[in-house]
Amino acid sequence: MTTSDIAAVRRATDRVRERALAEGLIDIGYATLDTPIGRLLVAATAVGIVRIGFEDEGDGPLIELSALVSPRIMETPGRVDEARRQLDSYFDRGLRQFDLPLDWRLVGSFGRRVLGRVARVPYGGVESYGDVAVEIGHPRAARAVGNAVGANPMPIVVPCHRVVRTGGALGGYGGGLPRKRFLLELEGALPTSREAARSG
Amino acid sequence: MHTTRGPALPPFQWLLDEHAGTVLRFLTRHVGGTDAEDCFQETMLAALRAYPSLAHGTNLRGWLLTIARRKAVDSFRASGRRPLSLEDASGEIAAAESTAPDAELWDAVGRLPAKQRRSVGLRFAGDRPYDEIARTLSISEEAARRNVHEGIKKLRREMR
Repeated sequence: MTTSDIAAVRRATDRVRERALAEGLIDIGYATLDTPIGRLLVAATAVGIVRIGFEDEGDGPLIELSALVSPRIMETPGRVDEARRQLDSYFDRGLRQFDLPLDWRLVGSFGRRVLGRVARVPYGGVESYGDVAVEIGHPRAARAVGNAVGANPMPIVVPCHRVVRTGGALGGYGGGLPRKRFLLELEGALPTSREAARSG
Repeated sequence: MHTTRGPALPPFQWLLDEHAGTVLRFLTRHVGGTDAEDCFQETMLAALRAYPSLAHGTNLRGWLLTIARRKAVDSFRASGRRPLSLEDASGEIAAAESTAPDAELWDAVGRLPAKQRRSVGLRFAGDRPYDEIARTLSISEEAARRNVHEGIKKLRREMR
């Protein structure tokens, strides 16, 4: 393998990608984005965003999608361009409400009710697992709600970071607590660490 | 959805990352540089179409080369030329693989983290299957795949 071979291979695979897209052969297209909370994997079907993965998850989300949805997976930055634009704006404190088509196929029916409710918690706000349980008509299912929130395959865009424990503790987060804290601080739902230190 | 298959097939992108070079070189040898790129696209698109129906993910490179060989024959037929000998694809595969990588690439391989370096070396310099790489390095087959994949991704970034 020489450097010029590598360039030829890249050119050839780029054209395969274009034709595969044009012929509808790519079931899942993905790209990675650099964000203040690390690299994000954004994967989309023809329906919409199906999975967002944090850097620590590595190739896990792609392997999972290959098994559960389809192995016809290719890196296609174009398919997630709009998601990239909105996420960039969100992290720049511009966008406050995502408007992206979502593909819910990785979520079961209970999870859809839970996450459908979570999606309506506004920017800058938080809600407890118990509140969500009440709102979907299962007041005693706070734990099941917690599980469904934790299994959110489309974090950030479906803002599961806005669900916290009753009493104000942050609760858990699939992407790790520092990321949850970062997102809530970004949205102004939590005082930033510096402000907290000043007032404390 | 939620169809359970056997061991999951790797995402198609990984096949491209790993085997596109081998397939393109194979085709260049057989049909020449001008037609190789067209054949390459026909090969990869045919593979992509058929991919979900594959029963398992062992020897995906052999599978791709079988398709490539068919496309090369088609290309000769279409142009009315007499096909070169395409019977012994395996000999050609070995030849394509034995092409010595250049020094720059070896340097880049040398800079990979140990597990990735050894996995990439076994896979491409040693032409070893994943289950054997896994046994040699005492890791799972999935980890072996991942190491090779990550290694190639890094190399690709460096060689850009």
